[in-house]
Amino acid sequence: MNPTDIKNPEYFHKVVDCQYACPAHTPVPEYIRLIAAGRYDDAYMVNWESNVFPGILGRTCDRPCEPACRRGRVGNGEEPVAICRLKRVAADNKSDISARLPVVPEQKNGKRIALIGAGPASLTVARDLMPLGYNIDIYDNQFAGGGMMRSQIPSFRLPITVLDEEVGYILDMGVVTHFDTEVSSLASIVEKDYDAIFVGTGAPRGKGLELPGLEEAGKSVHIGIDWLASVAFEHTEQIGKRVLVLGGGNTAMDCCRTSRRLGGEDVRVVVRSPFADMKASPWEKEDAMHEGIPILDNHVPKEFVVEDGKLQGMLFEKVKAEYDANGKRSLVPTGEDLVFMPADDVLMAIGQDNAFPWVERDLGVEFDKWDMPIVDKTTFQSTNPKVFFGGDAAFGPENVITAVAHGHQAAVSIDLFCRAEPVSKRPPPFTNLVTQKMGIHEWSYDNAVEVDKRFMVPMAPLEESLRNRKLEVELGFDPATGYREAERCFNCDVQTVFEEARCIECDACVDICPTDCITFTENAEEPVLRQQLSAPANNPTQDLYVSADLPTRRVMVKDEDVCLHCGLCAERCPTAAWDMQKFLYNVAKAGQ
Amino acid sequence: MSYQSPTFRHPGLPVNDLGYTKADYEGAISTLCAGCGHDSISGAIVRACHELSLEPHRIAKLSGIGCSSKTPTYFLGKSHGFNSVHGRMPSVVTGAAMANRDLLYLGVSGDGDTASIGMGQFAHAVRRNLNMVYIVMNNGCYGLTKGQDSATADEGSASKKGDPNPFSAIDLPGLALQLGATFVARSFSGDKGQLVPLIKAAISHRGFALIDVVSPCVTFNNNTESTKSYDFVRDHAQATGTVDFVPMREEITTHYVAGKTHEVTMHDGSVLHLEKVSENLDPFDRLSAMVTLEQHRAKGHILTGLIYMDKDSRDLHDVLETSRRPLNALQEPDLCPGNKVLANINASLR
Repeated sequence: MNPTDIKNPEYFHKVVDCQYACPAHTPVPEYIRLIAAGRYDDAYMVNWESNVFPGILGRTCDRPCEPACRRGRVGNGEEPVAICRLKRVAADNKSDISARLPVVPEQKNGKRIALIGAGPASLTVARDLMPLGYNIDIYDNQFAGGGMMRSQIPSFRLPITVLDEEVGYILDMGVVTHFDTEVSSLASIVEKDYDAIFVGTGAPRGKGLELPGLEEAGKSVHIGIDWLASVAFEHTEQIGKRVLVLGGGNTAMDCCRTSRRLGGEDVRVVVRSPFADMKASPWEKEDAMHEGIPILDNHVPKEFVVEDGKLQGMLFEKVKAEYDANGKRSLVPTGEDLVFMPADDVLMAIGQDNAFPWVERDLGVEFDKWDMPIVDKTTFQSTNPKVFFGGDAAFGPENVITAVAHGHQAAVSIDLFCRAEPVSKRPPPFTNLVTQKMGIHEWSYDNAVEVDKRFMVPMAPLEESLRNRKLEVELGFDPATGYREAERCFNCDVQTVFEEARCIECDACVDICPTDCITFTENAEEPVLRQQLSAPANNPTQDLYVSADLPTRRVMVKDEDVCLHCGLCAERCPTAAWDMQKFLYNVAKAGQ
Repeated sequence: MSYQSPTFRHPGLPVNDLGYTKADYEGAISTLCAGCGHDSISGAIVRACHELSLEPHRIAKLSGIGCSSKTPTYFLGKSHGFNSVHGRMPSVVTGAAMANRDLLYLGVSGDGDTASIGMGQFAHAVRRNLNMVYIVMNNGCYGLTKGQDSATADEGSASKKGDPNPFSAIDLPGLALQLGATFVARSFSGDKGQLVPLIKAAISHRGFALIDVVSPCVTFNNNTESTKSYDFVRDHAQATGTVDFVPMREEITTHYVAGKTHEVTMHDGSVLHLEKVSENLDPFDRLSAMVTLEQHRAKGHILTGLIYMDKDSRDLHDVLETSRRPLNALQEPDLCPGNKVLANINASLR
């Protein structure tokens, strides 16, 4: 293999598994260390810069960082660091950070931007462009900002105060809001002669099931996200005692748990797929089951049963999942009798679609065969150079953190576009690599590896939370537990940097490495090399760090897979050929 | 400063026949200087014992005093250990081995502990062919007392802060050959590829097995004027041949070229393959070994690898015809077999 180019910012970025997996690439270990140090304001601001909604995401994020966490790969039944809930610790314990928010210039730059939809994507665009002097108008059909975070995420998971605070930080920068305003024509916005338009309208249309009996069942059958919105806006205050929730995603989990709080006593989630294949995050399934909600898998809905104009329940066909050689799944009926489940209300949470009936097709914004706008994956520009898309509106339903990542990139594009520069000219990330050495065998990070298992987040008493739909279920870590959970972080951003010229090949690093990551060996092609290391490197998603040739014509090979970043290689190195260096990687934002 | 190693280990670590990973043969975190060759030797011992599937509780590690003699703390944390008086480890091993012949005795010593204060003890352990592995971690200096030249420092070699050594060096393999050693090898801490199979072979050998391991002292004796520095040893080492050790339980899979390799069956049934590099050396002939060793020394080369092995070695137990069972397994009926047996003995002497 060729020597690894550690000058390429993506090499060390990839080693920081959590940050790499995060769509917004938030520097996770950096803020976790700040939390451990009790510097909650600093930790909050590191988050805010990157993901805009630390308090909201600290409660509701889909947390792609956690499955990526190295801690989950080291065996011993280890689980990932509770990154998401640590973020919340920063948000919960911070003081007033308003003085640290960016200053919005009095003197505007004369450019006007319209944001359609006031969800996370649009708010991120506003956050990035307001400090640069743009005039921004934001349009939304709801009475306040937040988009799906307000209408779809129940209050028992995300208190309104937290939402209002973080939406407020952005709107208070001087964004001109047009709430309770349904934009029913893109042309009407285009006419207003904005310099750029950003569409962040989400995926607002919940899918329904056209099954026999639907019409007769009438008002007893609801679309999940619409029903959640109606609850959030206090138009709906109760539901029948027996509720069936169809679907296996996070919306289904929100629907069933909300039902429990609005009078549902026998609430069941019924899903077509096997339990393990459900789209909902494992922790959301756990939370639902904790509230006494059974999840019945392998049941395909067949018919609404209505008698005397009143919904009685539904019929389901039992199936089993079979997988072909390519792993493609098909649900095969078991041949058993249809199963009847009684219900007073049915909530359908089987997916969401985009809907652009309001975008006129003669504005230069082209659509593909699935009726989705054609949007550049890097620049978020549509085929009309003035019109940008982001969040769920761009490529279909994802999650809040993805919408934020889109928002940042769209803001970069809009800024470039308004300055008449090519939007393809993406700014490089900001990186910094600096030694953590404080003295002999002394580091500026806590390199001892904790053996604590993942801590549980305390919850409000079940009975109490079921009585009050606005009572937050999770209580968050207290600072002491937050500290201990933070200490579980391996500090994967503190990189093991190897300098060939200093190495005397004494093997000290090889001998001390607790996880046998380091080998000095003859060079070979990657597949061969992976098998001739001290411990075979069988995780191809993790890179090998290969040095240039050493005096004995061998190379140093480090398998990044289960490196604990404990720094022992550097401590045992007599010549400082190994050094522990903190790698900071920040995605460039608009104006940088 | 880390005082302990993290408890996590590579989840894919290979397990041996006993179901143990290499981690089960490790000890506490080393307190020796960073880069000390001794730590590599500890690592090699760990690897050899793991790969041979030795039961940790069947091993006794013994040492004297010195940097080298601290190392038993850093390997085989689940084995028996005895840190003895300076230079007196061979006596303790003799006593222990006489009492319990079932344990594997692994003596670890340094150049001071062996070639100075312990010279007398060393010499007699060799000539009695005590059944043990004797590893000398040889750095040519007294690292624990600021790096003064030791008795194995080569003439003319200078440590970091010292003058060139005016005295002739004691060559431990040469001395051991003269004293009648039945297994003599030399290796280098920076070459585990050679050291690990040598340790395995030494463990399988019945009798006294010396491995003199050049182990640079990074703090006091790794400078360009020293003949025990990493660079000097790498430049001047000449291997007698490559050694491949195949434990008894394993099938021989490597193909060996006939005529070029010696195949030796060890006492425990393991097989040692020795591919010769040096034309003149016959490692089963003491005289050839002594001559080759001296020739290399004269040229300023460090001869490494297996230098000599007596295939028909008879250890101290064989010579003294001691009890085949460890003393702690002997019960009263064994030790006091009664009047009838006594009468028989008396009768046989009349």
